[in-house]
Amino acid sequence: MEHEVMEFDVLIIGAGPAGLASACRLKQLNPELNVCVVEKGSEVGAHILSGAVIDPKALNELFPDWKEMGAPLTTATEQDEIVLLKDSTSSIKIPHWMAPKSMHNQGNYIASLGNFSRWLAEQAESLGVEIFPSFAASEVVYDDNGRVKGILTGDMGVGRDNMPKDNYMPGMELHAPFTIFAEGCRGHLGKALIHNFNLDKDKDPQHYGIGLKELWDIDPAKHQQGLVIHGSGWPLHGDTSGGFFLYHLENNQIAVGLIIDLNYSNPWLSPFDEFQQLKHHPMISQYLEGGKRVSYGARAITKGGYNSLPKMQFPGGILIGCDAGTLNFSRIKGVHTAMKSGMIAAEAINNALKSSDKEAETFDTLYKESWLYSELFNARNFGPALHKFGPWIGGAFNTLDQNIFNGKIPLTLHDRQEDHAKLLRISESKKLTYPKPDGKLSFDKLSSVFLSNTNHEEDQPCHLQLSKEDIPLTVNIPLYDEPAQRYCPAGVYEVIEDEAGKKLQISAQNCLHCKTCDIKDPCQNIQWVPPEGGGGPNYPNM
Amino acid sequence: MKILVAVKRVIDYNAKVRVKADNSDVDLSNTKMAINPFCEIAVEEAVRLKEAGSAQEVVAVSVGPKACQEQIRAALALGADRGIQVETDDNLESLNVAKLLAQVVRDEQPDLIIMGKQAIDSDNNQTGQMLSALLNMPQGTFASEINLQEGEVQVIREIDGGLQTLGLTLPAIITTDLRLNEPRYASLPNIMKAKRKPLAVVTPETLGVELKQHSKLLKVTPPAERSAGILVSSVDELIEKLKNQAKVI
Repeated sequence: MEHEVMEFDVLIIGAGPAGLASACRLKQLNPELNVCVVEKGSEVGAHILSGAVIDPKALNELFPDWKEMGAPLTTATEQDEIVLLKDSTSSIKIPHWMAPKSMHNQGNYIASLGNFSRWLAEQAESLGVEIFPSFAASEVVYDDNGRVKGILTGDMGVGRDNMPKDNYMPGMELHAPFTIFAEGCRGHLGKALIHNFNLDKDKDPQHYGIGLKELWDIDPAKHQQGLVIHGSGWPLHGDTSGGFFLYHLENNQIAVGLIIDLNYSNPWLSPFDEFQQLKHHPMISQYLEGGKRVSYGARAITKGGYNSLPKMQFPGGILIGCDAGTLNFSRIKGVHTAMKSGMIAAEAINNALKSSDKEAETFDTLYKESWLYSELFNARNFGPALHKFGPWIGGAFNTLDQNIFNGKIPLTLHDRQEDHAKLLRISESKKLTYPKPDGKLSFDKLSSVFLSNTNHEEDQPCHLQLSKEDIPLTVNIPLYDEPAQRYCPAGVYEVIEDEAGKKLQISAQNCLHCKTCDIKDPCQNIQWVPPEGGGGPNYPNM
Repeated sequence: MKILVAVKRVIDYNAKVRVKADNSDVDLSNTKMAINPFCEIAVEEAVRLKEAGSAQEVVAVSVGPKACQEQIRAALALGADRGIQVETDDNLESLNVAKLLAQVVRDEQPDLIIMGKQAIDSDNNQTGQMLSALLNMPQGTFASEINLQEGEVQVIREIDGGLQTLGLTLPAIITTDLRLNEPRYASLPNIMKAKRKPLAVVTPETLGVELKQHSKLLKVTPPAERSAGILVSSVDELIEKLKNQAKVI
């Protein structure tokens, strides 16, 4: 079918820190450029979820006077603690010198990445960038030579039966000489581009984590603005790795969260329930008791780093930020690197437009000469060391590598197994059970999803598609007891049983757009595609 | 024919309303805001009348802080021609909004005023009626169908237990109910065009309207949390519980 077409100079998919930094840089370099950003969330920030402790390195370069400009980075990190939870009640603090240097947080800021993105969007708009929230990019559009020439926005007003409704509005083709893809972790267009252009050739497979986060209003007497606590250990055990964070923000709020590596092997594992259990540890509950939970959300994290980073530039565009995988896992920070990758992309595209080059080929050189490259290179062993040697020896290796060799240790560790392939069958795994939530510190999934303000138009096609309809019944339920029931942090997937037997029920309207199902399904049978624009969570300040 | 549509900036219907810790008000910091759904229906109806050739111009007006320009732009993206913002940072009660709108109506002289029956934040359901009284114009509230005729408008109203059809002489005020129409999606080119449509900013002072607060917000408290339900295994158990525990039968 023919679509209406709109032309821009540069098109950016996704209004997160990477896409918006890129947009701002493009307009700084050439105010004449016609830059368009599309965003699937109902507003900028609606789908943004992060810890977040932000290193202002890239922001200093983009807007040196960001403080005067009112950037919402106002809580400097004051105190930095690393804790190991030994069991459900005891913990030990790791002395500062024993922790890898990359885990130190002086000079950083605790902030809501959603609010920071909203602020970046204001800056971009005042520079003349056109930002369109509620418009999801549904497909990549290629020219006859296979070069990317833009995207197609999703149709609006299509019913569950795939038929147009009264308010049907067909999608539009947005074209530009260059398109920047900044969808965040496991973007569905990024995934297609990596595959089509074979961008991950000779790279390790990408690795992911799932991050769950809650925001709490706590007793002012227990609040210590600027306190940053990171830790690992209980309740995770066996070959399940991950870590928690607890940040004291402003206004007596704290952000608490757990990140679990998605290469866990036990199909009975429930990241959501691990997180709920974590909050009962005295180390955490001492702050939460008497407080009130105000928000909840979850998002997958791209954490493979240097070894897994695909080639980012391709004919017609560039893949940036977590869509490519620029997060520095050794620092559990991805905002500064995502922004920097966007700014480099802006420079490369500006070079190409100026000299009428067909492709933005200066990107690779600019990237290799930047601090982004050296930072990611020096952190390349961090994740693989933890995966290979576990938290103790791997952690010691990381301290040695980061503190003594500054990341320049002359060897590179690899982790060549895809996360989903690590999942064992139920016959090979110990069944895990979780205590019931107490309704004070821990909660069930549905009351949690309620706090994410998630909403999707109900009468629309299901946006969680199964490549093969029968896989849940023939493989996932009998061999894995359908792990989606447990790894989905929003209760989208349920196995129900009636006279006809078991079947998988998908309640797509609860989806938080975290992408975990697209990553972790052992058969890679679930494809996440964008629902009607504007659907999904409405995070206020995550 | 000119149509004036009033739009209000309210908390998005998907966002969860939170009360400030000190119970002084609702906490709207960083919360998603949107055009009040009933106002959106009013805009859609006005645009449809224009598309049908019955009206020539649709003017969207909003009363509020600078941020409410977003909602005026949303109305312009749906098809309104120009916007007017009455800028004020005060949290106004219905009568004050009606007084400001009345002055805008006197200045603009529209033939028809369409507005939402109520806003989903304060749920007052007053402004349209008050505006009608201040301007001494006929009103058709809770409209589920509007038919324009020569010099008058027929309004089908949703009332308890049925529908009522009124004929109003123009100029008149109509407030919209849910079933009047289903608003369209704003298209990307229309959102872009909306950014360039004229938007005038006036203030209560320039309108010459003096505002007086008649009520004071004392306290906001969230509704009591419901305790979890229980599953009963049989009808007998249910009856027993209703009788002895809940004591309702």
